[in-house]
Amino acid sequence: MTQAPLEYYLMLGALLFAIGVAGVIIRRDVIVILMSIELMLNAVNLTFIAFARFLGSLQGQVIVFFVMTVAAAEAVVGLAIIISVFRHRESLDPRDMQLLKG
Amino acid sequence: MIVDLSIVAVKAFIVIFMVLNLAGVLGWVERKASALIQDRIGANRAAIFGFAGMGLVNTLLADPIKFLTKEDFIPARGDRLLHTLAPCLALFPALVTFAVIPFGDVLIVGGREINLQVANLNIGILYIFGMASLSVYGIVIGAWASNNKFSLLGGVRGAAQMVSYEIAMGLSVIGVLIVYGTLEPQAMVRAQGELLWGWLPAWGVFLQPLGFLLFFTAAVAETKRLPFDAPEGESEIVAGYHVEYSGGKFLMFFAGEFAEVVTAAGLVTTLFFGGWQVPYLLRDGFHFPGGGVLSLAPLAVTILQVLAFALKVVFFCWLQILLRWTLPRFRYDQVMRLGWKMLLPAALVNVFITAVWIVLRQRPT
Amino acid sequence: MIVFFILAIASIVFSVLIVAQRNVVHCAMALAATLFILAVLFLTLDAPMLGILQIIVYAGAIMILILFVIMLLNPAAIEARPAAWWTIGSIAAAALFFQFAALLLRVPLPSAGPAVPDSFGGPESIAQTLFTDFTLPFEVASVLLLVAIIGAVVLAQRQR
Repeated sequence: MTQAPLEYYLMLGALLFAIGVAGVIIRRDVIVILMSIELMLNAVNLTFIAFARFLGSLQGQVIVFFVMTVAAAEAVVGLAIIISVFRHRESLDPRDMQLLKG
Repeated sequence: MIVDLSIVAVKAFIVIFMVLNLAGVLGWVERKASALIQDRIGANRAAIFGFAGMGLVNTLLADPIKFLTKEDFIPARGDRLLHTLAPCLALFPALVTFAVIPFGDVLIVGGREINLQVANLNIGILYIFGMASLSVYGIVIGAWASNNKFSLLGGVRGAAQMVSYEIAMGLSVIGVLIVYGTLEPQAMVRAQGELLWGWLPAWGVFLQPLGFLLFFTAAVAETKRLPFDAPEGESEIVAGYHVEYSGGKFLMFFAGEFAEVVTAAGLVTTLFFGGWQVPYLLRDGFHFPGGGVLSLAPLAVTILQVLAFALKVVFFCWLQILLRWTLPRFRYDQVMRLGWKMLLPAALVNVFITAVWIVLRQRPT
Repeated sequence: MIVFFILAIASIVFSVLIVAQRNVVHCAMALAATLFILAVLFLTLDAPMLGILQIIVYAGAIMILILFVIMLLNPAAIEARPAAWWTIGSIAAAALFFQFAALLLRVPLPSAGPAVPDSFGGPESIAQTLFTDFTLPFEVASVLLLVAIIGAVVLAQRQR
């Protein structure tokens, strides 16, 4: 079972990142926007781990460990914000959250 | 290469076969045992030529036929794809977890040592926790796809309970990991063959009694059986997240629950009760602490060890069934309080004490 | 190599489903599937510890949290699909991807990784690196998680 070359992993990571960016631009639901951001973070994780393997260094994997931690914290706080804003606006459309005053 | 793959395939087949069989038999044991505990006879109406076999014909033949031939409906505005996907998501982790549980030492066939464990991962125990966290999906998706408020309530309760007790389960195992120094279940079971003070086998329950109690409680809570039955709440919310499922899909949920019982029993056995270890039995025979050595053929040793594993797993399945029909249901807030305010701090204290003890023991060397 | 292609195509399909599905719960399930497939990709890249952590933390906890919030908020409507936004988004994403391709493929990349010991990416080596070279970030990450928990509890409380 041969290992795929590094370029393939990097291209896959870039493609997933681009799809995530498309999700953030296109979708009108803040939860889906949050999920697209998570997809982008995971694409970056894949790139880090591919580099860690092909350069023989464990630092790439440790960075991914921290990215996962920060992503977890960010998802939690982001969802709390979404819940709290939903209580006031009754809508998950980001266009309804553009103005600070309700 | 082909030989290796086929050996793994045979082992995987045997494991899944035995787990599903045991899950089916547990269905019968549960009905008959609950009947005996509650001083009644239990199901005995279905019979072939007058032979009812203590409810065997009823539970193992009539019930599956009934389940599989019932109409399979999807609620009116329920989600079609997710309604069908949920039972699969519930059954999958329960079966796959058994891949890292060792059911024997080695089987020596034709000069080749076959490790009696489907997959030997260096992250062994973490794989089990990964699959345990995936098992929450079946509940959440099943509850959502039913488009039913009772279902949703049961699903939310179930997911919250499972996530809380996953934490307690993981932390209670850390003590065992520290003591045996490895994540890999086969290595852990082999380390439990050592003798403490020359006569006591170094089983997890002797080295980590608090860890065993915490883990067993958390594992029973993960399977969502009584007394942690709040998500299913038979007398409160009809059947919780099961309510819109009938026929084959309900059978999958049901089988998944019993497979989780078997998995929990297998985990408790592996981590705390020496897995396939028979006390004083090494690969070439019995080595008694007083001095005698009783030699046995390697095949006999392997068979004894596999039987010991099976016996211990069956014992813990029996214990869980007994627990279900003895204790009343906890209220949901009691379940949450137990998980967060009692099990979690106790597990942390356990880890702390174990770590301090290990460091103090290693000092002079 | 075949494994990589199967996993890559599956992850691309599921991630397009995240963006394209109109039902939020279907998007969440597609994301869970993508995370699971990425975890398997990590396993093929000699990162077993991180692969399993991806399943435990990301696919097993964060996605459950997102599904929880979706179930609690109970969004009623299914989104519309305005064509204008979709073209702009797709063109932007494609442009970004081609930029990435140009940047990443310009540099000569190592053709094969160095021979790594069996314990590369295993729990012992990750723990060794984490607790010796990265002790400070580890402690800061714990404080960050504590802050996130407190912040989330305070934010999601109902105002009296």
